[in-house]
Amino acid sequence: MRHLISAGELTRADALLVLDTAEEMARVTERSIKKLPTLRGRTVVNLFFEDSTRTRISFEAAAKRLSADVINFSAKGSSVSKGESLKDTALTLEAMGADAVVIRHGASGAPHRLANWVRGSVVNAGDGTHEHPTQALLDAFSMRRRMGRLEGLKVAVVGDVLHSRVARSNVLLLHTLGAEVTLVAPPTLLPVSVETWPCQVSYDLDAVLPKSDVVMMLRVQLERMNAAYFPSAREYSRRYGLDRDRFARLHDDAIVMHPGPMNRGMEISAEVADSPRSTIVEQVANGVTVRMAVLYLLLGGSEPAIGGIA
Amino acid sequence: MPDVQNQARAVLEGPDIHRALTRIAHEILERTKGAQSVVLLGIPTRGATLARRLAERIAQFEGMKVPVGTIDITMYRDDLRLRPARPLGRTDLPPDGIDGRTVVLVDDVLFSGRTVRAALDALNDVGRPRAVQLATLVDRGHRELPIRADYVGKNLPTSMAEKVKVYLEETDGRDAVLLIKEEAR
Amino acid sequence: MNTILIKGAAILGGAPADILVKDGVIAEIGDLGAASAGLTVDADGLIALPGLVDLHTHLREPGREDAETVETGTQAAARGGYTAVHAMANTSPVADTAGVVEQVWRLGQEYGHCDVQPVGAVTSGLEGRHLAELGAMADSAARVRVFSDDGKCVSDALLMRRALEYVKAFDGVVAQHAQESRLTEGAQLNEGEVSGRLGLTGWPAVAEEAIIARDCLLAAHVGSRLHVCHVSTAGSVEIIRWAKSKGWDVTAEVTPHHLLLTDSRAERSPIGPYNPIYKVNPPLRTDEDVRVLREALADGTIDCVATDHAPHPVEDKETEWSAAAMGMIGLETALSVVQEAMVETGLLDWAAVADRMSARPARIGRLPGHGLPLEAGALANITLYDPSFRALVDPSAMASRSRNTPYEGMELPGRVVATFLRGRPTVLEGKLV
Repeated sequence: MRHLISAGELTRADALLVLDTAEEMARVTERSIKKLPTLRGRTVVNLFFEDSTRTRISFEAAAKRLSADVINFSAKGSSVSKGESLKDTALTLEAMGADAVVIRHGASGAPHRLANWVRGSVVNAGDGTHEHPTQALLDAFSMRRRMGRLEGLKVAVVGDVLHSRVARSNVLLLHTLGAEVTLVAPPTLLPVSVETWPCQVSYDLDAVLPKSDVVMMLRVQLERMNAAYFPSAREYSRRYGLDRDRFARLHDDAIVMHPGPMNRGMEISAEVADSPRSTIVEQVANGVTVRMAVLYLLLGGSEPAIGGIA
Repeated sequence: MPDVQNQARAVLEGPDIHRALTRIAHEILERTKGAQSVVLLGIPTRGATLARRLAERIAQFEGMKVPVGTIDITMYRDDLRLRPARPLGRTDLPPDGIDGRTVVLVDDVLFSGRTVRAALDALNDVGRPRAVQLATLVDRGHRELPIRADYVGKNLPTSMAEKVKVYLEETDGRDAVLLIKEEAR
Repeated sequence: MNTILIKGAAILGGAPADILVKDGVIAEIGDLGAASAGLTVDADGLIALPGLVDLHTHLREPGREDAETVETGTQAAARGGYTAVHAMANTSPVADTAGVVEQVWRLGQEYGHCDVQPVGAVTSGLEGRHLAELGAMADSAARVRVFSDDGKCVSDALLMRRALEYVKAFDGVVAQHAQESRLTEGAQLNEGEVSGRLGLTGWPAVAEEAIIARDCLLAAHVGSRLHVCHVSTAGSVEIIRWAKSKGWDVTAEVTPHHLLLTDSRAERSPIGPYNPIYKVNPPLRTDEDVRVLREALADGTIDCVATDHAPHPVEDKETEWSAAAMGMIGLETALSVVQEAMVETGLLDWAAVADRMSARPARIGRLPGHGLPLEAGALANITLYDPSFRALVDPSAMASRSRNTPYEGMELPGRVVATFLRGRPTVLEGKLV
């Protein structure tokens, strides 16, 4: 069985197939009848061990538009929090006949573990500080729609790279698709061996901005401050926040992205977030179409057309 | 023993296809009273090409532009689970849509009728035509559903063991319809 | 008379000789062609080693008998060629009183598969606040000489200094689990390329090295003995080498798994990524660390191999990585792994293996009757080993109550054919007696 757990396991052809399929799905979502019969009789389980209403709703809408049956399994407040193991949960889902399990989990690698215990395809909807491949796909989709290309595109990813599953998935996917990524963060928020990643690294946002076609701001959690990753919110914002002045230094066609949820005033100022060059709202809409594409390519045939073997 | 080759025989060549499409274009004009409210919708890939060729001919004969589009039926197929997930084709409706129009679906080969069934479902989700007609370059028989074509380029009696392959200049570099006998290996 | 004749064993890998054991003592070694005995063991093709001694075993009893007991753990030890194991103190209750260490010691005596030498906790309840009653444990029937809070580091520098000083009174040694706690909060995997890619919180080498450096300086300052548990990094080796060059009384151990496996297993393995069977404390490190650890064991900078045999029930490993327990079992595979990592690479001969797995650990633990040369007059603690054997590791065939071996399905060389504890066979033909 093939799964979508890491953006790194998508070949260039696979990734382009997802983006191209998503283009067709986008046309469906523009018409008055948004539903397709494609996945009738298939069951998609949304298994969410972390609160993430946005991501869950996005996957739910995608599955329903393809006529799949959707079971939402919110692990908070369920038997899981009473000590039921991931494995037992997996066996329960297996008994329900899940064709695909969309999993969000606080532990890196949980989707890989789950894939050992279920027969269906596993879709990683964010695991710990590891990966979030559908977010990277929707980001790439949004970039391609706005900029018309990905090859050679200069993308700055700014913020808490160390704890960001979005950053990991984006670096891997954008590299596969020919874009040039530069990670920008204070040294404390970069993994120790980041120099082995297929991207550039900088500590200096102001030096990177004028050369960037796309600036992707990552959410910075204030609790990192307590763990001494940076001295204060104010200092972080001054050095790594995208405010009006920095925004003005971008070239005229450059766009600003954010995977959400935002800390307005922290990593991004309100006027930047709401500017016409921000893709933040369309990223949400694109999330549904990209996830439709992923579910279709995994479940819309006798076997998945994309993904890696866990 | 030499390898047993698949035997392919051209049943239509370029000029035959040309004549067949010309005839179908004339028939559409006749049957739809000058194609006033007609929309041609091709089923990707080769049905889409054929739809464009028919539109060109109608434009030549009558000096009018018939709206042309494509409708992909992949996500409406009833045999999705028989093969790995396949790439989607393009659905491109004319700007004025299909509501109240006479839609002529165009496909290259009419066989079981399942593709047309899927196309009717797909049409249903994108608008409400006044009437739907079907044009096909080749009708090879063996229908599994109560569907028939309104316009046929050539009726081609075949056996289930045979395959019909349509080549078109735009996608394949030549115009031809081949009948391929698959020998038991 | 109770006699055993071992025919044609290659003693320490040397020329074949016969060994005659009488009443638990090696009576004679040589060509004893016509001698007869109560039990004759054909040792053709086998290597005779002094019974192995483990400085670092978790027997889990009392408290976690679902994972291991003194009985099953010592059976595993005997199967692995061990005649003595040091049972770590992190049981429940903690082995921090004379009562608990005597209980564990007695259980070992009762089952008789191998000697169980309890390790005493350094601090009460392993809590790192007050010294446990080290003297009482030393004076107990278990005569404890090795003290360790293993599983936890004695972080408080003053407490560590006092412990090092205090155990001098009875020739004890503090075995430190070197792990700086602030640098390893939530740590999951060696901090490096793999942890970065996998998004697992990094466990930096410096967290181990900083404590080792501090403790070496403390031991030198108070003139006491320090033993460093499960050394896992190249930097640690460098510090220990430096301390030894100063003439300080510092010894160190390395585990079999740190001699063979690397952190890459968390990313790529036959059983998929993120499989917590590879989760262990200290974590598996890099190829370079493995290379340096092997060299250090070969040149004696690292004194001995210790298994850190850490049994866990299936449910503690069949989880997501971060929720899984740390540790792997190792008693039954230790000698095979050492053959693979050290002997077949030409780094150690069998005499040196005997030194690193029997003589030195017995000396560090001040364990009488173990780790002695195979010669007439010595207690007959003997392991017979077939180095030409090769097989896939099969956890279901192990004696340990737990199955958390990282070597499942791997082909490893060698097999323990027989183990004798003071002349009494505990294992014959690879099976428990």
